[in-house]
This record gives sequence, C-alpha cells and structure tokens, in this order.
Amino acid sequence: MVYKSLVSISDYGREDYLDILDKAESFEQNPNRRLLEGKVVATLFFEPSTRTRLSFETAVNRLGGRVIGFADASCSSVTKGECLKDTIRIVGNYADLIIMRHPLEGAARYASEISTVPIINAGDGANQHPSQTLLDLYSIRKTQGRLDHLNIMMIGDLKYGRTVHSLLMAMSHFNPTFQFVAPDALRLPKEYVRFLSEKGIPFQEYTDYMPYIEQADIIYMTRVQKERFLDPIEYERNKNAYVLTNEALQHTKDTVKVLHPLPRINEIPLDVDDNPKAYYFTQARNGLYVRQAIIAKVLQLL
Amino acid sequence: MTRDIKNEKMIVSALKNGTVIDHIPPRNLFKVIALLDLDQCTSQMTFGTNLNSKLLGKKAIIKIADLFLEEKDIDKIAMIAPTAKLNIIKDYQVVEKRALCIPDVVKGIVKCLNPKCITNNEEVPTVFEVVERHPLTLRCHYCEKTVGQEDIVLR
Ligand SMILES: [Zn+2]
Repeated sequence: MVYKSLVSISDYGREDYLDILDKAESFEQNPNRRLLEGKVVATLFFEPSTRTRLSFETAVNRLGGRVIGFADASCSSVTKGECLKDTIRIVGNYADLIIMRHPLEGAARYASEISTVPIINAGDGANQHPSQTLLDLYSIRKTQGRLDHLNIMMIGDLKYGRTVHSLLMAMSHFNPTFQFVAPDALRLPKEYVRFLSEKGIPFQEYTDYMPYIEQADIIYMTRVQKERFLDPIEYERNKNAYVLTNEALQHTKDTVKVLHPLPRINEIPLDVDDNPKAYYFTQARNGLYVRQAIIAKVLQLL
Repeated sequence: MTRDIKNEKMIVSALKNGTVIDHIPPRNLFKVIALLDLDQCTSQMTFGTNLNSKLLGKKAIIKIADLFLEEKDIDKIAMIAPTAKLNIIKDYQVVEKRALCIPDVVKGIVKCLNPKCITNNEEVPTVFEVVERHPLTLRCHYCEKTVGQEDIVLR
C-alpha cells in the first residue's frame, strides 16, 4: 500500500480535494466511525497550537484511534537537543501516523522523507497548513453548493497571510474570480500575482472594499497585525479600513458568507457574529470533519 | 590605450594543460574565484575582466594551469555564472568544450536564504527545484521560498 503524506496543499490536485470534501461530508453526517480501531496516532506539536491540536485529536478519537504525543516542545526530549530526524524515526516505531506542527519551515517535508509512516503537516512556520485550506474549501462548497466560478474577496493582510496564499492556490483549480483588498504595505506578493496572470485567472486589487463588496460570493477575512507595519502611524491609518461591519454587509449578496481562519483581532466586530452571513464559527467546526477526512485519505481507510 | 584583441587571444591559447572558464559576466568573476577557492590554489592563473564579448558585451575569463574541475565545482559555476563556457586544454589543444548545464534539481550546493528554513537549522542537505532558467530562479524544496540569480549563495 502506498501512503501519501499531506505536507503542502499543492501535494494534492483538484480530484484529491473533491475526494476529501466528499469524505468530510460523510463524516459530518456520522462523525463517530471506528476506522482507526487499534491504531495509534502521534500528535507532535513542537510549537503549541491548542485549537489545531484539539481538532486533530478529536478527529482521531471520533475515529476510534488512540493518541500519543506532546503539546509543546518544552516538555519533550527536543529541548535536550534531540534532532527532528531522531524524534521522527523513533515515533515512527510506535505510531501508524504522525501529525506534526513545527516552527521551522520545511520541517514537515523533511519529516515525510525520513519517516516510515505518513505525515500530516499541521503547520510548519509561516509555510503551509493544508488542513486549514481544505476546511476553507469545504466551507465554501457547503455554503455555495459548488466551488466553480465563485467570486472570492480576500481582505486584510495578503502579504504574510499563509492561509490566503494556500487558498488562492487551491481555488485556482475551480475558475474563480478574485478581489484582493489590502493596504499597500500588505499587498499580495508578486509571485502570486504572476501565478494568477499565467493561469489566466481574473483578479482585481483594491485598497478599499466598499464599492466592490456586492460582487463577492465569499468574503475571506484575515488579521491585520500591528507588527507587520514598519511605521506605527501607517498601522493606525489602516487598522480600521479592513474591519468588516454589519453596515458593510448590508451591501452584499444574500448568499454571501464571511470566513476567517480565527483567531481574530478587531477585523470583525463582535456584533457581526449574529449576522446570518457570518460563518467563521461553523467553519472552525467543519475543521473536525475535514481532519477526519484527511486522516482517512492519508491512511486509505475509506 | 586601445584594446589588443590578439593579446586577449594569446592569454587563452598560451595554456599548456588546464582549464579555461570563459564568458563569465564581469560582476560575477570574484564570486567564481571565491567558490573555487582559487585564492588557495598554487597553480599559475590568469584572470581577465571587462574584455569585449559578442555574447555578453563585456566578459571575464579565468585560466588555470594544471587544474581540471570536478563535476561538483562545475555545477557551482553554473549557479553563479550560467553563461560561462569551459575549455579543457591538454598539450595546447582544446580537447573539450562544454557549456554549463543547470539540472532540474539542484542538490547540496546552494544555501537557502530563509533563516527559518529547516535546512539552516538541522543537518539537512538543501534541495532546490529550478523554476526558471533565464534568469535562474530556484525554489527551496523544503520551505518553498524562491531565490533569484543575484541572491544565490553557495553553501
Ligand atoms: Zn528553504
């Protein structure tokens, strides 16, 4: 049997995405299926991320598997200077699957090359976090009934936001139209602009969402963090321009949904939470079904 | 002083045995010297730079007596000066001419510029995929960051 690790969103293509989304749909209908009976899954969090870890561990538990691992590198032998290679080799002797998060970029790719069991990347520094992207895709398909020919508006930090870049790459398989709304300092990097141009995917770049928000099917919000600005005055000038209010949402399609990878800072005021267009908490819950589906896909259980 | 084309020819042809690295962009000459550790090399050497070149406008050239490069070093030159050409000289004759070729995957010789990359923090050999050849653009197989020709640093 050939296992395939999931390290980067580009490891998979359109058919794989759809396969995972279909599996996730079946887990949403029935999350408790003992497909991992008798199996051990290691969650190695070299860097803490409580929400991601709990989501993966719940997924394993609902599939009937057992979990070993650590939540923080400070309580493992990693602090004694053990290298990643040794940790992965040793844990591979105990577990059937390794789910890992690591502060260094490329750590999961390297682990997948030396591991005897498949690896699921739960985040490697600022590089990849494919389960987040797949749950974004799931949420988009579930709310819009399709992935093809949608107008996706992305707002906020488009320069450093890795979820934005991964979602853009994944959606590129489905004939999207993009609208990018960001302050000049946080515009989409050139390499992604070039990628979209080469693929002939239509997109516009704005610094203000207001006149264009009515075209959006999906509004994908991101955090605008103070430390991303070299000039604090620039931050003060921009921080409120990328806040999505109930007032602004009045000008949107009835079917629009607001997504956010969470946690948020101030870009979505709390009173938007009750707006039927707000979808970010359901989006987070979808993460459980999608992570069950990823585990099933990687271990070829379904 | 007018440039003496004949004299430039002389520099190349006067080598009995050794290697001539021709068609180096002048701004990359010292990078090539450094990557081959030529400052440590005791052979007779001639360097020429800002010579006229039909191909590049201006070029630099390195001539090293009694030295034949290993494949690993040739690959390194390809990273820094992809336009360069090698002439292997034996007994005053050019016995082999070769253009440098850049492989699809570059292993072990280029350093990743991302300080948070696993290859800069653990003992992991670097691997780069060639995204574009002109100008040379490499993508780190691990952290997925790209690096352009002018920023390429050898390990
Ligand atoms: Zn790298």
